[in-house]
Amino acid sequence: MSGYPGYDPKSGFEKWLDARLPIIRLGYDTFIFPTPRNLNYWWTFGGILAVILMSQIITGIILAMHYVPHVDLAFDSVQHIKRDVNFGWMLQPMHAVGASMMFLAVYIHMFRGIYYGSYKSPREVLWIVGVVIYLLMMATGFMGYVLPWGQMSFWGATVITNLFSAFPLIGESITQWLWGGFAVDDPTLNRFFSLHFVLPFAILGLVILHVWALHVPGNNNPTGVSVKNVDKDTLPFHPYYTVKDGFAIVVFLMVFVAFVFFMPDALNHPDNYIRANPLVTPPHIVPEWYYLPFYAMLRAVPNKLGGVITMFGAIAVLFVLPWLDTSKVRSMRYRPLAKLFFIIFVLACVGLGWAGAKSPTDLVFVTGTDAATGAPTGLSFLWFARILTLYYYAFFVVILPVLGLVEKPKDRPESIEKSVLKSAPKEA
Amino acid sequence: MAETVSTSSENPSRRDFIYIATGAAGVVGAGLYAWPLIDQMNPAADTKALSTTEVDLSSVEEGQQIIVKWQGKPVFVRHRTQKEIDEARAVDITTLRDPATDEQRLVVNGEGKYEPQYLIMIGICTHLGCVPIGNNAGDYDGWFCPCHGSHYDTAGRIRKGPAPKNLVLPPYQYLNDTLVKIG
Repeated sequence: MSGYPGYDPKSGFEKWLDARLPIIRLGYDTFIFPTPRNLNYWWTFGGILAVILMSQIITGIILAMHYVPHVDLAFDSVQHIKRDVNFGWMLQPMHAVGASMMFLAVYIHMFRGIYYGSYKSPREVLWIVGVVIYLLMMATGFMGYVLPWGQMSFWGATVITNLFSAFPLIGESITQWLWGGFAVDDPTLNRFFSLHFVLPFAILGLVILHVWALHVPGNNNPTGVSVKNVDKDTLPFHPYYTVKDGFAIVVFLMVFVAFVFFMPDALNHPDNYIRANPLVTPPHIVPEWYYLPFYAMLRAVPNKLGGVITMFGAIAVLFVLPWLDTSKVRSMRYRPLAKLFFIIFVLACVGLGWAGAKSPTDLVFVTGTDAATGAPTGLSFLWFARILTLYYYAFFVVILPVLGLVEKPKDRPESIEKSVLKSAPKEA
Repeated sequence: MAETVSTSSENPSRRDFIYIATGAAGVVGAGLYAWPLIDQMNPAADTKALSTTEVDLSSVEEGQQIIVKWQGKPVFVRHRTQKEIDEARAVDITTLRDPATDEQRLVVNGEGKYEPQYLIMIGICTHLGCVPIGNNAGDYDGWFCPCHGSHYDTAGRIRKGPAPKNLVLPPYQYLNDTLVKIG
């Protein structure tokens, strides 16, 4: 979709280099890329994610210089980083809070993709690469949380690795293979450290594929209408979107540093300041907030294997989303029913997160008291999570396929330019 | 994009100011961000805290050398014989590469007197950091570095070979006649 003049090497050196390694051309084509002129701030989270990923890699390499992956030393080495290493008090929270910020940004990025139909043809591979990145982020985040070797680290590692024991026949072999022993112990910590170090580079590689796959069809946009005239519908990415993304990145970083400097432990759990003890499980064990919706799904199913399949299936369904949604209209801006179901879907995800943080027997609301015992009765978080899990799946496998066939979409603008310049005088 | 380009000609100074201000803020911000990333590799607080070592000199017999560790480095504590002291004092210091008298290689004790029998030096060759061999090694009865062949005399002064300086003296003081605090 290139309608812009390409890179034109001026100096003799640039011409010489361009004929041998066209790296300046690559940068030019990447940053002077024709980008729809109507992108809103929901589109800035890709750039925000790129910045956080780089921050995570830089702070992670630094932490690895001071961290010791050994069951007897890991906990103390993290305290050493926070107390003794120069600026460690800042670098360690930057990394820990950065993980939360990355998930926050990726969830907004994914919801944006669903709302504006960014996964639809011709962007299916772009979407699938994104889901793979998300999966790797989950694995990386989990293994990183194990490294400080506090109580939540240890028992989180125990619970998550035990998920694989749900599989019949091979389950036990898989968990022992993951552990390198018969419980979570030193071999487990060492391999988690190794993988936690290398996976972000795999993510970085996939991000490059993600951007490549983006630059083949070009950006989607809030109208979902494809670019028809490059000159009228698009602007060069630089300077227009470098500035817009830059502004959003600064605002996002303000939230980020507010956590780092003023509440570095707000997203953490106090139990992780207790050294790992393989003999005592903490009374309330919860995962990090970004896994809570999946944790709620796991507990919603009263069957070990069923719960595990429900949880993993919730991510697996994202891979086939481009083929489940039958609507030809990309943006839900022009799909009133889909928009309604989407809002409920977002609320269901948030509700699942809420349910994941609560005990299953806690009540969402009270409707009365039990006649025999006097205990309050009402909707328990267990049933709340079950209803929301059902909706989560229904949204993908029932609502989106059916809606595409029965819904009558609103009129869409003729072009991106028309949608932007609705009231402006028509000029060629 | 025709209507969005080239407004710069009407007020270039104003636009230049924005560019410079943005660039300056960016450079300062990048510097502030980079410094913690660099400084974290400097010695940590717990490493700096390991800065003193105490040595009981009475445990070192005459003609013997012990090596103690201070800040991760070897420190030679040698109880010199009278012969070694005499040799060190007989040298014409103007002939030395790094001139120093024998007394300048020592530190006075609590009573203001020298204890010439005790020589305390950082045991690192001033050439490229190897640990020299002691016990009257080399051509000058002092220390000899096996890496590149530097010879030090009985006061630890460089006499021959590639090293530029005498063996370095650590900061230390006598707590009493036989107890020394290094660092």
